[in-house]
Amino acid sequence: MPVISPAEAQAKYDIVIVGSGAGGGQVAYLLAMEGAKVLVLEAGRMFDPMRETAMFNTPNLAPLRGEKTPDKQYGFYDSSVASGWDIPGEPYTNASKEEKREFAWWRQRMLGGRTNHWGRVSLRNGPHDFKTRTRQGVGLDWPISYDDLAPFYDKAEMLAGIFGANEGIENSPDSSPGVLLPPPRFRANELYARKHAKAKLGLDVVPIHRAILTQMQDAERIPKELHPHNPKAQKLLAENMRMRARCFFATDCHRGCAIGAAFDSGTVLLRPALKSGNLDILPNAMVREITVNDAGKATGVAFIDKVDGKEHEVKGRVVVVAASSQESVRLLLNSKSNRFPHGIGNSNGLVGKYITDSASSSFSAQIPAFESMPPHNADGTVGQQAYLPFQFTKELQAGKLGFSGGYKLLIGGGDSMPGMTSATKFDWLSDRDHVAFGTELKEDARRYFGSIQGIGAQGAMAANDDCYSEIDPTVKDQWGIPVLRFHWKFSDDELKQVAHQQETIASILEAMGARFSRAPETKNPLKAVKEGGSVIHEVGGAVMGGDPAKSVTNEWCQTWDVPNVIVADGATFPGTADKNPTLTILALAWRAADHLMGELKKGNL
Amino acid sequence: MNDSTSLPRVDRRMALKWISSATASLAIPGASFGAATKPGLAHAAAPSGKGYGPDPDLMKIYKPGDLWPLTLSDDQRTLLITLCDIILPADDQSPSASAVGVPDFVDEWISSPYPAQAGDRTLVLRCLDECENAAQTRAGKSFVKASSEVQFAICSDFAIAARKDSKKDPGRFLLRLRDLIAGGYYTTPEGMKDIGYRGNISMASWDGPPKEVLEKLGLEPQEA
Repeated sequence: MPVISPAEAQAKYDIVIVGSGAGGGQVAYLLAMEGAKVLVLEAGRMFDPMRETAMFNTPNLAPLRGEKTPDKQYGFYDSSVASGWDIPGEPYTNASKEEKREFAWWRQRMLGGRTNHWGRVSLRNGPHDFKTRTRQGVGLDWPISYDDLAPFYDKAEMLAGIFGANEGIENSPDSSPGVLLPPPRFRANELYARKHAKAKLGLDVVPIHRAILTQMQDAERIPKELHPHNPKAQKLLAENMRMRARCFFATDCHRGCAIGAAFDSGTVLLRPALKSGNLDILPNAMVREITVNDAGKATGVAFIDKVDGKEHEVKGRVVVVAASSQESVRLLLNSKSNRFPHGIGNSNGLVGKYITDSASSSFSAQIPAFESMPPHNADGTVGQQAYLPFQFTKELQAGKLGFSGGYKLLIGGGDSMPGMTSATKFDWLSDRDHVAFGTELKEDARRYFGSIQGIGAQGAMAANDDCYSEIDPTVKDQWGIPVLRFHWKFSDDELKQVAHQQETIASILEAMGARFSRAPETKNPLKAVKEGGSVIHEVGGAVMGGDPAKSVTNEWCQTWDVPNVIVADGATFPGTADKNPTLTILALAWRAADHLMGELKKGNL
Repeated sequence: MNDSTSLPRVDRRMALKWISSATASLAIPGASFGAATKPGLAHAAAPSGKGYGPDPDLMKIYKPGDLWPLTLSDDQRTLLITLCDIILPADDQSPSASAVGVPDFVDEWISSPYPAQAGDRTLVLRCLDECENAAQTRAGKSFVKASSEVQFAICSDFAIAARKDSKKDPGRFLLRLRDLIAGGYYTTPEGMKDIGYRGNISMASWDGPPKEVLEKLGLEPQEA
């Protein structure tokens, strides 16, 4: 079974999956390995990072030095094709134009979805993150605990290949022994931050976890552990693991990884799944609607073939929705029928409700100690290597901070590959009466390059009533499919947290001896907080829960209304932790897929 | 290595084509900023062409002019080359901005069909015109023919203005052109080397910072 056109689709599949990213890829992998007949529909084109990734090209080989344009909205070499915030013919709308009330929606239209375009940070949600309502009195509890998901975190980490260290920090869980790959050594600025944050503030800077192979995966042991009674799956996984190379410590993961060292769904999940013979992939298929029968069961999906513009249908025993959280919301809401006049899963009106995102801000300053550094290679695993997990949990729990959720701090680096602004922001550091040019400009660049230290914060957000999406009453996309309208408002809870983020970042920079060009935004967090959606961590909209009246899916990601519709992306998250969503999507999808396979075998679906 | 008066890299035939399209586009408002009262620079052509679309070939190597026509007139280009090498001259460690193709890049940037560069186009063309005007006023000759002292003094005046108020001309246009030149320069392999960037090479292992860096920062080596 291969990559197919609509005409080549089989009469009926066991599983029809909408979306090929983390959630869809994970379910496709597991079900295909278990022998189910699986179809993945992807709204974008096929994409092969081995052939299409210009890993080492310097910016001078790209148009406009590789800077962002409306065609390539994250930069020329970013691994995103026909993707972005604004896609011609595929609009979305916002209910409010007020400051920070607009939601920015990134759509990744290509095989592998957003896993192509990703920093690979892979942190587990902690035990507290599943019980926000119980512990903090805000947002929603998950219907599962950390312990329910922990075994699936282990499996997802072993399959993807995650580097990191077990630090024993409260609410930033360790992995089981033998799961994580060794973290890369810290860069100079990371070691310096670690030393001074500890000495002056008592804060720990520890290795981050990322989906990058710092060594080859154990292709003997892991396939047997992940697929204990399935020799074929063991063989296919072992083969795929041997095709992935170890990181060569150069080039940004956002460009995509031609050697397979960084995780993406196409390389790690869909490639071995295709070789099982049980998976078809249908690209350029924009799914419009989940079809249902009179008994209220899903029968398949209707989609538009973007190549010829015609509508087609495909049948399946189970429909898995994993189109990215808000695209999944849109599909559920647009799946209207006599039986489900408000869309699938929406009999209680909760589809689209409770969107959350990382509450994020950043701040930077100049570190004199980093001036005129002896030139050296500081690429490492390009991107984050060191971070500060949230270390004020006790104060938070005691109600002393005035907000409910933690945040992590990511140590950036100033000496990654130079871009357009790497040598142009130094005039404020001198007391000259003029901006530098000529020899002075060259001297400034040599002295100050790499001395700007940025630190980014990404924080928790509890579900609230002000952040939701719905179908816009009038606007449709180029395929005639109604689009989403977003409602967004950060609450005081997030804004107080962001003010605290700004203060903590400034204190760490100060501990490093920083010179500041401006003050942190501790008084005006609304200015500092990044626009909703702009960090591309949005989740929710089809939240899981224990009560059918108060949630859209059960703990197995099955919609309460239609049990053979599974939501396998971030839409089921009842809230955002101070961790990135992708690893939790992989683990939840694994748990849902295991349950789904059991239900299929029992004949319950 | 090229000297500062080296000819544009675009071939002559293409340049003539753009000049002829420039003549046709003089009526477009905002297309150029001539100095009407003095012998000014020949005008730039209006930007034309299209962007590279949402799914460009990322493996291909692109040069300025490959995707959309460059628009500077020969006069403007010659002046830009001179300015590039005042902003970033050659020294014993690294080449000048013009020697690594920065004038072509600036021309590509301001000739871009994308909206984000339109404001920069205005500023860069104004900077070229104002440098030319200032040279005529001070020395009675064009900027490129003026002495290096005059050229430097003109840039100094603008650079002082830029430090005083970077949001207002002439400081604003000088600063923006300087930043484009510096951005173009430090994104070349030569510029990266000069600035001290040593990455972007495949490594068999990653061992963290070298000893001399750790010593400078008073750090212990990280345990393995």
